[in-house]
Amino acid sequence: MEGTGPHTPRPAAVAAAALALALAATGCAGGADDRDENTVRIAYQKFGTFIAMDSLMQKVKEEFEADNPGVTVELQAIEAPAEDYQTQVNLMNGSAGEAPDLIYQDSFTINQDADAGYLMPLDEYFDAWEDAGLFSPQEAEAVTSLSGERYGVMLGTDVRGLWYNADLLEQAGVETPWEPATWDEVLEAARAVKGEFGDGVAPLNVYSGTPAGEAASLQGFQMLLSGTDDALFDEGSEKWVTGAAGFTESLEFVHTVFDEDLGLDVQDALDTNVGTVNNEERFPSGELAISLEGSWATQSWIPEANRPWDGWEDSMRFTPMPTREGQGEGATSMSGGWALSMGAHATDPELAWEVMTYALSRENAVKFAIEGGQIPVRSDVAEDPAFLENAPLAEEFAALVDITGFRPAYSEYPRVSIAVQEAMEAVMLGEATPEEAAELYAQEVEGLVGPDNVTGGS
Amino acid sequence: MGTVSQTRAPGPPGGAPQDPPRTRSSRRARGGAARWVIPMAPALFLMLAFFAGPILWTVWASFTNEALTGAQAANTEFVGLDNFERLVQDTRFRAAAVLTVLFLLGSILGQTVLGLALALLLRNRHAAVRGAVGAVVVGAWVVPEVVAGFVWYAFLEREGTLNALLGAFGSEGQNWLFTAPLLAVVLANVWKGTAFSMMTYGAGLSEVPQDLEEAARVDGASGRQVLWYVVLPLLRRTLATTLLLITLQTVQVFTLIYVMTAGGPGSRSTTLPLLMYREALDLGDLGYGTAIALALLVVAGLFSIVYVRMLSKEEPA
Repeated sequence: MEGTGPHTPRPAAVAAAALALALAATGCAGGADDRDENTVRIAYQKFGTFIAMDSLMQKVKEEFEADNPGVTVELQAIEAPAEDYQTQVNLMNGSAGEAPDLIYQDSFTINQDADAGYLMPLDEYFDAWEDAGLFSPQEAEAVTSLSGERYGVMLGTDVRGLWYNADLLEQAGVETPWEPATWDEVLEAARAVKGEFGDGVAPLNVYSGTPAGEAASLQGFQMLLSGTDDALFDEGSEKWVTGAAGFTESLEFVHTVFDEDLGLDVQDALDTNVGTVNNEERFPSGELAISLEGSWATQSWIPEANRPWDGWEDSMRFTPMPTREGQGEGATSMSGGWALSMGAHATDPELAWEVMTYALSRENAVKFAIEGGQIPVRSDVAEDPAFLENAPLAEEFAALVDITGFRPAYSEYPRVSIAVQEAMEAVMLGEATPEEAAELYAQEVEGLVGPDNVTGGS
Repeated sequence: MGTVSQTRAPGPPGGAPQDPPRTRSSRRARGGAARWVIPMAPALFLMLAFFAGPILWTVWASFTNEALTGAQAANTEFVGLDNFERLVQDTRFRAAAVLTVLFLLGSILGQTVLGLALALLLRNRHAAVRGAVGAVVVGAWVVPEVVAGFVWYAFLEREGTLNALLGAFGSEGQNWLFTAPLLAVVLANVWKGTAFSMMTYGAGLSEVPQDLEEAARVDGASGRQVLWYVVLPLLRRTLATTLLLITLQTVQVFTLIYVMTAGGPGSRSTTLPLLMYREALDLGDLGYGTAIALALLVVAGLFSIVYVRMLSKEEPA
């Protein structure tokens, strides 16, 4: 009887109390309630040659905080390749307390993240914005989800084509300005460079394999595929295309490049930093002749770059990538681009939107377009004298805007893209013939999107 | 408690005295439990929340289509055994399982042979020698995995130290991480893990009675025979425990491989932890990734069973 007296501690009660204490102690670590309403957290990527966003964000932070006392702009620069960057941002998005208010985001992941409920629709804010009319229709398309809502505002777009070192091509006996009309002419020039320089110069870079990530898929594979009669996705039937002739033809091109040693060493091509090394080292030192690359390559050479290349304009030229047999328009391009989007859990959407429009202002957009080697999506920026003066190739790029293609804006695309990279890697390592790799890709995609959502090619 | 027993003490003698001692002892037991539970509760809670919690979550997630992003992240559904069906049919999973077993066997063999050899050689040596060798070997073990990965990367890559050394002998260099990725990561893991084996075997050897060995020598056994018939049988328990620990450590090696080869080229050094990372974080398929994690647990479990058998077989002898 005495045992139940008030002075005797009961183990169960004690344990419960201790648990409650521990819960209280650990429980207060998370939770969105702790977020300061006057802090706007921005997550963005800073990696390799890409420092333009960091430069822009530092400027925005400094100026916005000066104009708005009491407001803090918290910068979270994530130093990682694009794929790891997205993974990290998604992990942050998974918890309301950690989620960024503003996200620098590759436009092709917008649908996926909108589906996940990570992003906030911006139509209301955007429509009321006085600058809204300056943005191009292509911009709207790239950041609008399939359900018709706008989930971001683009900072800039890009095109892709062949960058070449005119000095090297001339020495190899290729006539410049070089204007290849078919894939074979591209390969011929590469063979000429190889014949002239042997192992000293890598003739032709085509991004390939999983370490290069989306660059392999977009700069590499889709720049080839868009020059055939096929596509990754059939807009008519709204199905993913497998078993198409163009898919195998594109892989054959990759096979030829690596089989004939016209590309980088396979081990160099399978380096995560291949893009940085190409543009910061191989091109300036004359070790690379031709590269299928984005229009933003200039960001590695301009005075604001990590390692400026004085006089790059004397050697480097840009020419459109031809279609396979010169069919269609004769040339092709693919476009992407990054946007700013707002997290679904933004603490103060009004304030976040203010910061966002500040970053997207004319002045800042000009700066970003120049430093990031971007094609402006704002009409006033495209006409800005400062931009035109500092973007010597603006005209060449603008010419491609009419024929450029976009990635399928579907939620499954990022995973299909990885299947493409794996098919390329199997071919470049000689683990599979182009036909076998195409077959593996077909199986993989069927598993990813379901048998009902695939269709045979032309 | 003291006061309670004092009030009880002057109780009436007779049949009653049997009662108080029982209550007292049970009360003491309860008091003991409380004494044990109170200080343990926070630790216990942390263990449950941060250790058991994630494990249970892993098991649950492997039966769902949980994803990092996309519609499945917003509406996660229970998919039953779908992930495991996919696992069985996945050629990449099979390849990764084979590589994991090869990586395990290579690492275990290397670490055991080297660790045992070092422990035997260091036996009865001067303390200074033991200290010097120990410091070098344990140094490798103390180094963080990321650093060890970079050290080996720098050693084996195309312009690395190994090729510089080989070049001095006129041999042509190659990128060892590219031409022999699995061998490269096994070597690095053995280098890093040998210290652990050496220390446990060293401890085990110090328990082996010297007189037994001397008796065997007097009977005319050679050094090798003494090792094989006297020392090793006495070391079997240590051996099994160490093997078990090494296996559990090795099966989850991720950082070292990720830093050195990232699972490549292709998937030629993609072991199960790397495949798991790839599926769960690169591809965002958390459900499938956790299913692979459970498969990894099975691999480790199978090896553990073998060792436990080894241990129990020893008992009757």
